[in-house]
Amino acid sequence: MAEITLSKLAHSYFAKPRGEADFALKEMDHVWQDGGAYALLGASGCGKTTLLNIISGLVTPSQGRVLFGGRDVTRAPTAERNIAQVFQFPVVYDTMTVRENLAFPLKNRGRDAAYVARRVDQIAKMIGMESALDRRAQGLTADAKQKISLGRGMVREDVNAILFDEPLTVIDPHMKWELRTQLKQLHREFGHTMIYVTHDQTEALTFADKVVVMHEGRVVQTGTPEELFETPEHTFVGYFIGSPGMNLFDAEVQGETARVNGIDVPLGAAYPALRGRVQIGIRPEFVSLAAEGLPVTVTRVEDVGRHRILRAEAFGRPVNLLLPEGEAAATGQTRLRLAPEKINVYADDWRVKPLGQQRGA
Amino acid sequence: MDKSQNNRAWFLVLPVLVLVAFSAVIPLMTVVNYSVQDTFGNNAFFWAGLEWFEEIITSERIHAALGRQVLFTAIILAIQVPLGIFVALHMPKKGFWASLCLILMAMPLLIPFNVVGTIWQIFGRVDIGLLGRVLTALGFDYNYTSDWLDAWATVIVMDVWHWTSLVALLCYAGLQSIPEAYYQAAKIDQASRWAVFRHIELPKMRGVLLIAVLLRFMDSFMIYTEPFVVTGGGPGNATTFLSIDLVKMAIGQFDLGPAAAFSIIYFLVILLISWVFYTVMTNLDRETK
Amino acid sequence: MTLELCGVSRVVEGRVHIHPTDLVLQGGTMNVLLGPTLSGKTSLMRLMAGLDVPSAGQIFWNGQDVTGQRVQDRRVAMVYQQFINYPSMTVYDNIASPLRLQGRKKAEIDRDVRAVAEMLKLTPMLDRKPLQLSGGQQQRCALARALVKGAGLVLLDEPLANLDYKLREELRLEIPRIFEASGAIFVYATTEPEEALLLGGNTATLWEGRVTQFGPTPQVYRQPACAITARVFSDPPMNFVPVTKTGHRLNLGHLASAPAEGAFAALPDGRYLAGFRANHLALKRHSGRAVEFACRISATEITGSESFLHLAHGPDLWVGLVGGVHDIAPGTEVSVWLDPAHVYLFDEAGALVAPAAYAAAA
Repeated sequence: MAEITLSKLAHSYFAKPRGEADFALKEMDHVWQDGGAYALLGASGCGKTTLLNIISGLVTPSQGRVLFGGRDVTRAPTAERNIAQVFQFPVVYDTMTVRENLAFPLKNRGRDAAYVARRVDQIAKMIGMESALDRRAQGLTADAKQKISLGRGMVREDVNAILFDEPLTVIDPHMKWELRTQLKQLHREFGHTMIYVTHDQTEALTFADKVVVMHEGRVVQTGTPEELFETPEHTFVGYFIGSPGMNLFDAEVQGETARVNGIDVPLGAAYPALRGRVQIGIRPEFVSLAAEGLPVTVTRVEDVGRHRILRAEAFGRPVNLLLPEGEAAATGQTRLRLAPEKINVYADDWRVKPLGQQRGA
Repeated sequence: MDKSQNNRAWFLVLPVLVLVAFSAVIPLMTVVNYSVQDTFGNNAFFWAGLEWFEEIITSERIHAALGRQVLFTAIILAIQVPLGIFVALHMPKKGFWASLCLILMAMPLLIPFNVVGTIWQIFGRVDIGLLGRVLTALGFDYNYTSDWLDAWATVIVMDVWHWTSLVALLCYAGLQSIPEAYYQAAKIDQASRWAVFRHIELPKMRGVLLIAVLLRFMDSFMIYTEPFVVTGGGPGNATTFLSIDLVKMAIGQFDLGPAAAFSIIYFLVILLISWVFYTVMTNLDRETK
Repeated sequence: MTLELCGVSRVVEGRVHIHPTDLVLQGGTMNVLLGPTLSGKTSLMRLMAGLDVPSAGQIFWNGQDVTGQRVQDRRVAMVYQQFINYPSMTVYDNIASPLRLQGRKKAEIDRDVRAVAEMLKLTPMLDRKPLQLSGGQQQRCALARALVKGAGLVLLDEPLANLDYKLREELRLEIPRIFEASGAIFVYATTEPEEALLLGGNTATLWEGRVTQFGPTPQVYRQPACAITARVFSDPPMNFVPVTKTGHRLNLGHLASAPAEGAFAALPDGRYLAGFRANHLALKRHSGRAVEFACRISATEITGSESFLHLAHGPDLWVGLVGGVHDIAPGTEVSVWLDPAHVYLFDEAGALVAPAAYAAAA
């Protein structure tokens, strides 16, 4: 097991990139700590798969270095890196039984038979496939095959990292709950470094201790699920995480007050003078109906079971808020209260730290 | 499957049925007709019953030709199938070189059979052919017109040259359908080259291999033009395969009755062996499920 | 406009794909087919479209028997999970293709294509080829082709499953709006309860080839008629615990008990199954009537604003969803509270015997 360091890493699929736009992955420095459970979250085409392939050695970066526990493996082939990977679609060896599939990575490394048998039984139990061990993998359902893929990824105890590339895409919602819990348990038991690539915020947030959010080839924020929710560092994080995403209003910020279309909105802290496009952002969870505040017109109320989404318009821009199950909704014209301590301020899409937190925070 | 029924569809099939009737069923019936009759010319036919069939089945000449045919087909399959797989595995996967390879591989398949025969007939001649001259110069006593082993070797090498591409191209298509993730997973699992072939490539090629083996079996079992052009069935009867023998019988000796009976038996043998091949291979496939 | 299935079933090679089903879909409604993979959503859609002929039963379109009628002769449009467009045609030609097949006038085609393109935000991409578009735009193009036909029945088979989470959210918002403008019968298959709720309209829950319940979406969600419907329509899955009723008390699971009030009071004594959703569990006493359960944490998942607690209560495995961030070490013993007003009681065969009080009130 090892810490994985990316140093001045960048990648372009063009032989001679001209300018930054040609880079699928912009220059970055990042450290994946040993034993961490990470999620790499972003929309398709944001570079997350490229980054994963660089770590696994399937792609050689155009510049920068990849270090595994201090050893430079930038140009080392996949087999030398001692990693495991689980792919989006099940990869199983159809000609083998489930048992042989799980034992395969161990046998290839010449582990003794007793150890292999014990380890396979252990993994089979974890993925709930003990009863199917002697069945041929061919003809199993996609669910079962993906469980085998997960099991094969997990079977080696000495790997540097386990990489997951959207592994739950083909799995039914109910099964996702089960498999995700199992992954968490495995992480806790064996302490492998795990990197989980996904576009699904729920999967990313629930799986990882640290989520790395990527946007247009760049890491825009690395943080705990709570940090990403409470203080998105970039408006993209605000939009991408949370369902619906963060509400944004163009505003002028002066001290502890933001002015949105002539209406004063109190902020939880004081801010310095700002330049560029200034916006305030607040999650729909922290917006409530009130007698005073921002005037809006309600356009739609959606009952999504455990809460309702109230969709409204303020000054021609959409605003969403969440109402708990059972709470009365409003129609037509109404006003909204934005919880001051939950408002973040953005200048040119990047979050501005309030005064007093600028240093040392 | 009971999809929406539409009886009008049968009208669309009708032209094909008529065409097949004229091109296959009616000629076949004429052959059946000849096979049970005898003639002394003047368009006078006499009922012969199963006499010709008995003659063919007990004929030592036919037995010898059948033996040669089986040996030839076995050698052809034993060389072309593994060689085709080998070539397919080593072809580039994409880009310019892949296209070039595909074009080069397709070339022999596009050459008419008799031209292939003529090319090799000249190529192997000891007086003017490049192959014949070179082999002679190297000290080999090579002459396909007089030595039976040389004749066999020439015919086999020619067929390998002509048809291995077909097997290779089919296998290549099968290999192309394997998602990249399988190879990546194999690398990560540290699978050996053999394991990748045995557990990833071979299973994915199974379907196309079945087709390749069937096609190559049928074609090689019916081979006529190329050996006829190169060796004419000689030296002696060394390369007289079933079709060549059949033509000799029908056209050379004008024994229409026995030739017709021979044709029918020949046809049934091919049908039977193809069916056995197909059943065995699909059963293998099913067992693994 | 109505589509009516009367006792429609489908059996293939002795295996039942769809059990006899009765269903009436009204014009101008959104109808969601909700169920896990292989529950029969696609089979049912193929029967509706006329791609397959039912083994038994009849299908009526506006009261007219169309059983066995070819799909080409019906006014049906279908959109699949895969983005299916003609790759060599521009977006414009793709959308125009069904109209050209109908032999419509050029000016008319142009008008309709532009109107639909505008509705689906495809106007700037009309001259591009589908493969130059993003996944979301490709699926918009497929949707536009289905809509422009003016079909009376539009079938959408997990149309958003191959899209990114955020794109899915965006299109999910638009689909109800688009469908409201068209007036056709929409049928939408999905595996996700949340998607069904967001789309609204009516929902039919499917399980092993059977429609277990059909009705307005919020009603099916809050008043499931059986344990299977409740299970299919809950994500995280509904939690269950065995219950024994003796006199005026309900004994739930291990050592928990509550007075049998409201609808529960009238039930005969005996064994039942209680079901409740994850979001109704709480980590503190949130109402005076709440019942306490001793559970062991097996895992916690934090979404940033909420936490999923994976709990073991005796042999029963539950998921709880509570507000805030609670990172509790696995193995920890915790107490969770549940208000009996949020409990559905099912009999041992799984049929609902007493609805949750909160849902009956809603």
